Amino acid sequence: MLEMLHNIVKNFMKGPSTRLYPFAIRKPFADARGNLVGIDEETCIYCGMCQRKCPADAIVVDRATKTWTMNPYKCVVCGVCVEICPKKCMTMGESHRTSTKKMENVVQQKKAVEAPPAPPAQE
Amino acid sequence: MKTKTSVIPFGPQHPVLPEPLQLKLVMQDERVIEAIPAIGYVHRGLEKLAETKDMNQMIYVVERICGICSFMHALNYCHGIEEMMELQVPDRAKYLRVIWGEMHRTHSHLLWLGLLADSFGFESLFMQAWRARERVMDMMEATAGSRIMISTNIIGGLRRDIPADLQRQVLDMVDEVEREMKEMEQVFLKDYTVKHRLVGVGVLPKDIAYKIGAVGPVGRASGLAQDMRSLNYAAYKELDWETVVENDGDCYARTVVRVREVYQALDLIRQAFAKMPEGDIAVPVKGFPDGEVVTRIEQPRGECLYYLRANGTKNLSRVRVRTPTFANIPPLIHMLPGCQLADVPVIVLSIDPCISCTER
Repeated sequence: MLEMLHNIVKNFMKGPSTRLYPFAIRKPFADARGNLVGIDEETCIYCGMCQRKCPADAIVVDRATKTWTMNPYKCVVCGVCVEICPKKCMTMGESHRTSTKKMENVVQQKKAVEAPPAPPAQE
Repeated sequence: MKTKTSVIPFGPQHPVLPEPLQLKLVMQDERVIEAIPAIGYVHRGLEKLAETKDMNQMIYVVERICGICSFMHALNYCHGIEEMMELQVPDRAKYLRVIWGEMHRTHSHLLWLGLLADSFGFESLFMQAWRARERVMDMMEATAGSRIMISTNIIGGLRRDIPADLQRQVLDMVDEVEREMKEMEQVFLKDYTVKHRLVGVGVLPKDIAYKIGAVGPVGRASGLAQDMRSLNYAAYKELDWETVVENDGDCYARTVVRVREVYQALDLIRQAFAKMPEGDIAVPVKGFPDGEVVTRIEQPRGECLYYLRANGTKNLSRVRVRTPTFANIPPLIHMLPGCQLADVPVIVLSIDPCISCTER
């Protein structure tokens, strides 16, 4: 009985065991695998290594058009692509991908090199 | 007067079942006479994927066989390929495998204890158990980057190390969970109402447990001192531990085995951190395996067997998994006849059924 009283008093005195979500949100841990954000288009050499190593076949790299496409609904967030990338140009976010109304792939393409400026017209 | 028998379907959707298992219960009044199992609701054909995924990609497929013991599946698979290729895994990786393996065992047993409390209607105990489990999950995310699919195993070692500051956090978690477990143990093992629902229910005698091949805590609760960790994979050979055995063979004995195994797992984590040497965590792998191998490791639910056959290419030609729940369904069918209908959920849960594992 005394033990029970001790528990009752303790439970009254201490704070709640749960967080007041969504007002109090725990910060993600460092290096947590939340979601695969994408690549740095300018650093990427479009070698296709991430596509070959991906266990879920979520990544498609087109070398001809220099396009990197990722299906976030296939991605299992294992992080193999980020580790294997020879240029270390892929980013893994710490928080999870939020829900969306529209299913869309993440498509990233290298910007076309701009043509050199035209020489000034000679009179 | 003899009453007619009737058949009551238990599952595949039932409040107490986390996964779909159907049992056709042949009843006479309130008493079960026979139980006929039906599985096949969550078959995904994961073994077949070995033909299209290469051996490194398969690690992430076998991890997804089970959401609770994902690390153990990957460990078993990597261990098999390492044996085939005669790779020497660094000592540090062996200790880290023990640490993550025992963290998985701790959270799996805490999850089961919570579900057991839920099955006999003790909601607050269920929440206490899952709160303690949440501490383990947090540490899993902090150390490996993910709560469940921690994906740290690779062929030849591990992908991630646990740095010194995180080691301290894990040890703090171990102390905290042990303290909470001591409080919960008083209720799980000594409370009158809990004992009333568990003692003498679903008895599996030792000789029958041996004959029909009970594994894991189900077998150990019936007096079978079988623990695959004694096969000395990872670093278990270097650590001080003893197989937990109880002799009563009822639901209470199975609870006692799991409660004691939580303490044992926490102790193994402490020992592994104390003895873990510095050094590399993986060795480079060259070439592809050839031949076949059978490996067995101890998952939280019992012995898991992997048969791997390789042909010298990047794809394995066969992956066969025999999971502990598959081995524990015949013991379950033996436990049920003679029990009351109200005891069926508790008895079914006492084998810790994982149907995703069973059907793959």
